[in-house]
Amino acid sequence: MASDLDAAFPAVVEQMGTRLYWGLRRISGDHQEAEDLTQETFIRAYNALETYNATRIREMKLESWLWTIALNLGRNHLRDRSRRPTWVELEDRGTEDPEIADGRSWDRRLGCLNQHQRTAVVLRHVMGMGIPDITEATGRPAGTVKADIHRGLAKLREVMEDET
Amino acid sequence: MSIETELSLLIGDLPDGISEGVALGTGIADGFDLYESAIGEVVVTFNPEGVSSLDIADSEFENRFRGRFDRPLIRAEAPHSWGKTIPSAIERGQPGKLPIDLRSVTQFQADVLERTATIPKGEVRPYAWLANEVHRPKAVRAAGSAVAKNPIPLIIPCHRVVRADGHIGNYSLGGPANKVELLEHEGTRPNWLEDLAAHHVRFQGDSSTGVVCHPTCHVIRKSKTADVASFRSLQEAEEGGFRACEVCRPCC
Repeated sequence: MASDLDAAFPAVVEQMGTRLYWGLRRISGDHQEAEDLTQETFIRAYNALETYNATRIREMKLESWLWTIALNLGRNHLRDRSRRPTWVELEDRGTEDPEIADGRSWDRRLGCLNQHQRTAVVLRHVMGMGIPDITEATGRPAGTVKADIHRGLAKLREVMEDET
Repeated sequence: MSIETELSLLIGDLPDGISEGVALGTGIADGFDLYESAIGEVVVTFNPEGVSSLDIADSEFENRFRGRFDRPLIRAEAPHSWGKTIPSAIERGQPGKLPIDLRSVTQFQADVLERTATIPKGEVRPYAWLANEVHRPKAVRAAGSAVAKNPIPLIIPCHRVVRADGHIGNYSLGGPANKVELLEHEGTRPNWLEDLAAHHVRFQGDSSTGVVCHPTCHVIRKSKTADVASFRSLQEAEEGGFRACEVCRPCC
């Protein structure tokens, strides 16, 4: 990627796009929003990478960097729901919601957590990211992230007990 | 199953549109869509910089695009902010506010094409005029080759650039027959242009205003027939007391 961005970037999208989309999907609980944010995150990332030199690109931790962009966009997105990418809206292209079995039940459960807890739980246990990477992506201290995960999981157990 | 394990299984497949949307949004690929024109269906390609090309919508256009631009094409709607103005730019034969992407040509060629884009519908200019407009009066052949490389014909109206000898010249978008058809569609009769050239008429002036123009300029076309004088050269007109029209800026 450091030598030929245009040639390498589509593979990065294929590889990281699935994780980014599903992470955003579980955090937002919404297909359209996750799709918009995933697309916009990669476009921002590409525009930034175009200005970086090869060494900087080689040394960066791609996944946590993408998550930093995505979570920032997500915050702005929540602040302004009317915001839309200027490019072709994917909904016009009729893309199908690829939701998995049980997905909706989990969206409802995760919806009971506050935004910080939900983000931390999804990054840790759905994405499988380590605490240092989550700290970098969210900009929150390690201790706070750990507490968010702990409280989030406790809340999920509570919600699931209520279901039975 | 533990909650942690269940959470780790909440990942599915990548939705179809994302890779394409990113390729379009970054400009790694261009989008394309089909439009109607006076010479039939055309394909317009675009990227975040603007409209990048226009071509005849036949079975080979994707190969031609790849050969020239070396980027993939994806069927898409043009960006919302300016996509709706594409049909009117094609009909008017001028980009107007439509952003155009001329990164595929040199700076000189881009300058020539930007001047070409200012020639109004129903009018034509010679190649020498273009060279003069970009302050390279001797680069007539280079101006001609810039026009031949026009990636966005119809919207950048290179069909309005003709030879000084009255021949309408070549045309990249499907050959000279299409150029004739376009000029006739816009009310510029190619026979009349040839007729003027046969009689060595390069410029025409209005004796009541003293202004000399290219013969197709809308300023002189509004003049009364009785007032119109014809000239072989600008020098001849100037010697007769005429001054150059500020609209069509006749030269050479």
